[in-house]
Amino acid sequence: MKFRGKIVDGACLNHFTRISNMIAKLAKTCTLRISPDKLNFILCDKLANGGVSMWCELEQENFFSEFQMEGFSAENNEIYLELTSENLSRALKTAQNARALKIKLTNKHFPCLTVSVELFSMSSSTRIATHDIPIKVIPRKLWKDLQEPMVPDPDVSIYLPVLKTMKSVVEKMKNISSHLVVEANRDGELNLKIETELVCVTTHFKDLGNPPLASESTSQDRNPEHMAEVHIDIRKLLQFLAGQQVNPTKALCMHRICHSGKKTLLLRVETNETYKVRILESLSIRWHHMAESSLFTMGPTWMRINQCL
Amino acid sequence: MDWGYFAIRGSRCWPQKHPSGPNVQRTMPLLTQQIQDDDDQYSLVASLDNVRNLSTILKAIHFREHATCFATKNGIKVTVENAKCVQANAFIQAGIFQEFKVQEESVTFRINLTVLLDCLSIFGSSPMPGTLTALRMCYQGDGYPLMLFLEEGGVVTVCKINTQEPEETLDFDFCSTNVINKIILQSEGLREAFSELDMTSEVLQITMSPDKPYFRLSTFGNAGSSHLDYPKDSDLMEAFHCNQTQVNRYKISLLKPSTKALVLSCKVSIRTDNRGFLSLQYMIRNEDGQICFVEYYCCPDEEVPESESSI
Repeated sequence: MKFRGKIVDGACLNHFTRISNMIAKLAKTCTLRISPDKLNFILCDKLANGGVSMWCELEQENFFSEFQMEGFSAENNEIYLELTSENLSRALKTAQNARALKIKLTNKHFPCLTVSVELFSMSSSTRIATHDIPIKVIPRKLWKDLQEPMVPDPDVSIYLPVLKTMKSVVEKMKNISSHLVVEANRDGELNLKIETELVCVTTHFKDLGNPPLASESTSQDRNPEHMAEVHIDIRKLLQFLAGQQVNPTKALCMHRICHSGKKTLLLRVETNETYKVRILESLSIRWHHMAESSLFTMGPTWMRINQCL
Repeated sequence: MDWGYFAIRGSRCWPQKHPSGPNVQRTMPLLTQQIQDDDDQYSLVASLDNVRNLSTILKAIHFREHATCFATKNGIKVTVENAKCVQANAFIQAGIFQEFKVQEESVTFRINLTVLLDCLSIFGSSPMPGTLTALRMCYQGDGYPLMLFLEEGGVVTVCKINTQEPEETLDFDFCSTNVINKIILQSEGLREAFSELDMTSEVLQITMSPDKPYFRLSTFGNAGSSHLDYPKDSDLMEAFHCNQTQVNRYKISLLKPSTKALVLSCKVSIRTDNRGFLSLQYMIRNEDGQICFVEYYCCPDEEVPESESSI
């Protein structure tokens, strides 16, 4: 197995650094998948009561000026590595304003991802900072657990509001409750809701817009005003919101999927076309059954506000 | 300069003249227009264009979880108490609100202040410049929750905070006629002193006197005692009316929370009465230039030993 890549463009370097920072915030260890045309950062947290998984895809040619790799075998031309995501982000810290960055798979007593950062200097001689990040090569037989998650048709898919606003709302809600209800419909409305014995707080976002449906198979007869809802752990949602350093462009969408009795909130971040970065995060959700009528217990005032929204 | 004195209870708790700043008429947020017709069912309805004019003042008295709110047609008084020894009152005059209606003589309820503040700052504590969070607050009466409607940039948050029956608040019976010594200082003069109080000292000793040292703050901590004197003719001293030498000690742990109000304020009035009770009144200017008051009452600690009182 061989891998070496070089990034020379400042903007690409900067973007790559920010992605690695974001991944470090979301996951302690992650899997890096290297294939001839893609790099993937993968996180599969399979917990019974809802874990976070992430699928981040970078088109190799949008970042690297030189890219060579030789995978496990000719038929399986891929490499899977496990690394501590913080090590990578720390190694790249110096790279933000560097002249060039080289990443190489090496074996120095133990397998390493060697990151060499070529720094600018005033004199003619260049300075190079090299980090050896210990890695674990993932054997072929475990690859099957690390495949791109299937994204079934969502009940509702909606563009997210400005993440900064959403983050501050969720942050305050976290002080009050540990669980959050996310509701959305096909009319561009999204509600974030917490309920405790002490207080009930609902934030209503409207006119967010819904991405066009991918397939025809989903129930078209669904009432656009009907709210689909999921209950999630606030800390996990906040972790996602706090990790966003990629300055996503408008193309953000969220799906909620009913999948074998469990509901999943999928948060998907896409940045502009130049980089084609796709991050897909799903939060498996503890699903509490809740009668739909109980959504409207807030009395006539609330109803009226809801209508005017 | 004389500030209106606040008494604890009743209508006297409001200053005679409302020192309010320019009252700019703004366009009413969308939200407030929609629910105008429902007003009759509420005993308290208040609207604000900038929620921070309320939340900032409430933060200044947030040293305990619960607070008692007391509204009359003049405004809202929010009271927080600790250890039956210290009481903080925040006064938000009716003039601060763009709309303020109280249907009954007075409306009183107890509420979780921590939750209230989290709700008021749901859109973030430091908003982006140019964006204001509007608030509409409604309360129907005993047993009903306090409803908050907050709006920022078209996003609406509805909060329903459960209220409790009000508990009796302390009556410090601090009467302006019994005031012996009074000093008005520019807050910056006290700010550093309070934020750097030697917390290993159990008490803060305040000396107020017509003669030297005029106004002295003393602490007695592990590292020794420290005294901080303010000369009578200092630029920071706005008014100095001391009639009699008084040396009183106050639990530092009880006074320390008042630093929150001090940081926000522009002026502070320090008064002691014939029993040694301390009143700290903080004048706070909000983002619209209007003035609000926060007041702390604190009872003195044990008698000062004779040897130390003679300076």
